[in-house]
Amino acid sequence: MRPVAVVGIGKTPFGALAGRDLRSLAAEAARKCLEDAGVAPAQVEAFYLGNFAGPSFVGQNHLAPYVASAIGITGVPATRFEAACASSGSAFFHAWSAVAAGIYDLALVAGVEKMTSQPTPKVTEILASAGDLCGEIRAGATFPALFAMIARRHMHQYGTRREHLAAVAVKNHANGAKNPDAHLRKPITLEQALNGKPVADPLTVYDCSLISDGAAAVLLAPLQRASEFAARPARVLGIAQTSDVVALDEKDDITTFQAVRRAGEKACRMASVAPREIEFAELHDCFTIAEIIALEDLGFVAKGEGGPYSADGRTCLEGEKPVNTSGGLKSKGHPVGATGVAQICDVVLQLRGQAGERQLRRHSLGLAQNLGGSGATAVVTILGAA
Amino acid sequence: MNSETISPGSGVVYTETVIHSAPEAFLDEAPYQIAIVTLESGRRLTARILGDRVHVDDPVEFAGFRDAVPCFRKRT
Repeated sequence: MRPVAVVGIGKTPFGALAGRDLRSLAAEAARKCLEDAGVAPAQVEAFYLGNFAGPSFVGQNHLAPYVASAIGITGVPATRFEAACASSGSAFFHAWSAVAAGIYDLALVAGVEKMTSQPTPKVTEILASAGDLCGEIRAGATFPALFAMIARRHMHQYGTRREHLAAVAVKNHANGAKNPDAHLRKPITLEQALNGKPVADPLTVYDCSLISDGAAAVLLAPLQRASEFAARPARVLGIAQTSDVVALDEKDDITTFQAVRRAGEKACRMASVAPREIEFAELHDCFTIAEIIALEDLGFVAKGEGGPYSADGRTCLEGEKPVNTSGGLKSKGHPVGATGVAQICDVVLQLRGQAGERQLRRHSLGLAQNLGGSGATAVVTILGAA
Repeated sequence: MNSETISPGSGVVYTETVIHSAPEAFLDEAPYQIAIVTLESGRRLTARILGDRVHVDDPVEFAGFRDAVPCFRKRT
């Protein structure tokens, strides 16, 4: 297995982008990525597309060649990956596998979702299809409801409080306000976060990520060729994709994501780093409780301490372990199929020292954690300056 | 096992939520409560809660199926 580098990144702004379709969003991110690397579309040897629900959101299927041809890529393998909100994390993992194995030198990975063309109740229904339709969803659960039940149990077992959840939202909004590509660039107060409109108790609108349109792309190449490209490379030091059961009621303990624990352990082992050595992270805050649990599952804090750790400000830009400097899914936005690759882009921006107003002082070792559904897929990637 | 004919019996609330923002199919019913119930067998299932709101650790009893969804209510 040979070492692999991210040699190009590109993103569209995230938001409710009326008038933009799925294909043009993905193509824009991909073109920016290829320009960043200084690579022509004809040089790309394989195309990996992460997309959760294009067929439901916009009615289009056979998406990977459909998008690839808009970029100017034809004739090479073009495949769509679906793993709920970890769709593009999974596409990234499989592209990395192929480059590491020596099958391809230049693999382009894009993630895209076009969500805002549907009304919110319909979006809620489409997102719920990532749950168990024969059990929890038939009983009336939504995705916020599944995470609300996780939050309720976490509160019960560990004393996590509404204030802890709200602190995550306040921090991510503050970071997102500094990100020119974020969906919602608006700081909020703790009081606002605590008094938001209820969605599924104990979660309010401020605990939930956004319904967004957007796309992101990265280009992978063997590390030994990284100096050929225009942009500063980032090395993939460790990566793992893992899985677990889909239905919450089939889990022994819903306050932890076993898939994330395993992926984190495997990625750290591959990178030969301990969780405490990771300097910063993009964590999958689809809901505020998910960021708190990710801190615990990745071994950044002990089980049950994610809430107080967040409320103490330890994960803010100036804290010891900055989390979601991009604003996270909460403020940057969550076009679900784009999220995994967008997280990689945001880690690479920090590694390169190109994160603008939110640039960290310590930025040589970062982690991205992408979660699918209520935990049935997890992808953890550790990246370092090459 | 035919879940339509076998009663899951009674159980204890493992976790719960009251849903305010409902999917299209349940818009008319919001707000409504669902819970994951731990049955006496140790098995868990996701159920609709009828009647009074329940909290974690509350005992609940089976109250029938509605559209193949198990329903429970607070045991008094």
